[in-house]
Amino acid sequence: MPDTTADRPELRQAVDVLAGRFPGAVLSSAVEKEELAIRLRKEDLAAVLSFLKDELGFNALDDIIVLDNIRSSGDGGKRFTVLYQIYQFPGFVRLRLAVDVGENEALDSAVPVYRSADWAEREAFDMFGVRFEGHPGLRRIYMPDEFEGHPLRKDFPLGGRDGGA
Amino acid sequence: MALREIDLNMGPQHPSTHGVLRLKLAVDNEVVLRVVPVIGYLHRGMEKLWENLTYTQVVPLTDRLDYIAALSNNLGYVLAVEKLAGIEVPRRARYIRIVLAELQRLASHLAGLGFMANDIGAMSVLLYGFEAREGVLDIFEEYCGARLTVHGIRIGGVPHDLDGALVARIRMVIDGIPKRLAEIRTLLDENRIWKGRTVGVGVIGAGDAVDYGLTGPSLRASGVPWDIRKDIPYSSYDEFDFDVPLGRNGDVYDRYFIRLEEITQSIRIVRQALDGLPAGEISAKVPRVLKVPPGEVFHTIEAPKGVLGFYVKSNGTDKPERVKMKSPSFINLQSLEHMCKGNLFSDVVGILGSLDIVLGEIDK
Amino acid sequence: MTESLEKAPFLLARADTFITWAQKNSLWPFGSGLACCAIEMIATAAARYDIARFGMELFRASPRQADLFIVAGTVTNKMAPVIRRLWDQMPDPKWALAMGNCAIGGGPFPTYSVLQGVDKVIPVDVYVAGCPPTPQGLIHGLMTLQEKIARSHPTREILDPDARHNR
Repeated sequence: MPDTTADRPELRQAVDVLAGRFPGAVLSSAVEKEELAIRLRKEDLAAVLSFLKDELGFNALDDIIVLDNIRSSGDGGKRFTVLYQIYQFPGFVRLRLAVDVGENEALDSAVPVYRSADWAEREAFDMFGVRFEGHPGLRRIYMPDEFEGHPLRKDFPLGGRDGGA
Repeated sequence: MALREIDLNMGPQHPSTHGVLRLKLAVDNEVVLRVVPVIGYLHRGMEKLWENLTYTQVVPLTDRLDYIAALSNNLGYVLAVEKLAGIEVPRRARYIRIVLAELQRLASHLAGLGFMANDIGAMSVLLYGFEAREGVLDIFEEYCGARLTVHGIRIGGVPHDLDGALVARIRMVIDGIPKRLAEIRTLLDENRIWKGRTVGVGVIGAGDAVDYGLTGPSLRASGVPWDIRKDIPYSSYDEFDFDVPLGRNGDVYDRYFIRLEEITQSIRIVRQALDGLPAGEISAKVPRVLKVPPGEVFHTIEAPKGVLGFYVKSNGTDKPERVKMKSPSFINLQSLEHMCKGNLFSDVVGILGSLDIVLGEIDK
Repeated sequence: MTESLEKAPFLLARADTFITWAQKNSLWPFGSGLACCAIEMIATAAARYDIARFGMELFRASPRQADLFIVAGTVTNKMAPVIRRLWDQMPDPKWALAMGNCAIGGGPFPTYSVLQGVDKVIPVDVYVAGCPPTPQGLIHGLMTLQEKIARSHPTREILDPDARHNR
């Protein structure tokens, strides 16, 4: 199957440039299943995203994915891991950034950099309770406004708190 | 004339909202100022449900996401799982998947064009489109028993083979589609009323389109040549010869035209796949209880509505740890406000139709 | 006048037959197309399965102009009050048809946000099973509804308004 994104020299270069430009930001990077994933320090997220977009040409954001780590022990003990799938067009290169954030912490919003992050961050807030600072209007998107709880957390029951309808 | 702002609520029950979508419009007399979509009326908690099911059990539920193009959701998910589990799909199965996926693209575009035309007022096009679609749905029913929520692509391959009779039926159906397209084009292409309501309406430029994360035919209508089938091919698409139609102005008319052209290209791909169908197995050997070693993968395909992505994380058991779907309509809908600003509020319906969104996919 | 009419059951039966004949052959559906079943509902109304032969091709967008509420698709907890309000806005006589497994009992979604059956918010007359039901299945459901209407007694409801609730 063609295109193994990790074979791209641009990607290896991106990691080196990032590590050089933001010392200490890149906690780890790995290539698995032909995909490059970079673990970032939470505080550097906004700067790294702007850098990737403006200078390395990663002009679009595919998705923001949140993982609930309550059952697994690793990841530095933080409750959530937020993944940012970004891509570069043309060039067709994909990259995954991972940031760990605790339950009562907030992440910098990606909306100033990528407009398509707007609803994705609202979904992350609605389903998991992750807060984003600087978002133009962080509120629930799927559940009704008066709903209590965050459904996709591992400790929220499938049928709902009141036993389902 | 002084600004006179009126708040208008459209939906969640409305004949033209393609499902349960609520739009809060702010209009100045008739010109649209703001559009705020409110979604979630069809949120069924699919991602949570998937964490409680096995990998194989998730596949039929993916049909219910983009229900107008069910096979593409199946394909997107199984390709992600196969990449994660390291399952190699035989070549014959890949060709059959392409036949099914392109037939599904055809059916989806016919329905999308029908809905768009019906919203603007051309009801005959809806009936023509659905009649043409019935031929394709008959094939799906003959193939695996269901018309709409098909579940015709499984992990490892496909469930049934295409025998000679079915191949002949498929050829007969796709030979009849160009005539239907010609009828639709005669009605709409040079129609003064249609052009008046679609040309120059709901324009989005190439730069804005990429910035908003727009994908699929709506992006290509603005002139941006991003098609995953060409750029990051999957399932043997690189062995096929087809064009990717591009628009110029990024208005409603271009989005309509692109879909017509894509139907023609899909017919071309199906013919090539049927002509060159290789011999072999139709499915890899997949264990009854599929346990996937720990890992994560993000895989995308070009679904009829845009770029559909699945992120799958496994923890070594037979149930996934997390499955997240990147829904094209979810992101495409965010650009609705940009397209509607400055247009009349009666154009909102046409612009929404040209975006071709599906609420099942948006709300998951 | 009412008593003399009640003493003439033959006339009432004749009136019943006429009224129900008119009602069942001109049902105007209010298509509440929520999810996948809506597409099959539209396919039923399209050229091949042609619901117009039953007099039902006039899908109304406004509940105030319709008499058959077809709930096609999953009803979520967020949508349930809306469904109830739409049902209340429909004038009598009205009927409801639950199309698809989601409307009947939540379908394949036993989750936190899905109402496990639309009959928890509105009274349903006919249930059409399937995921989604084929157009033939929906037409069978509509014909069943027509038989149910044929068996009803509208004159009794005209003469005694409380009888409406014991239909």
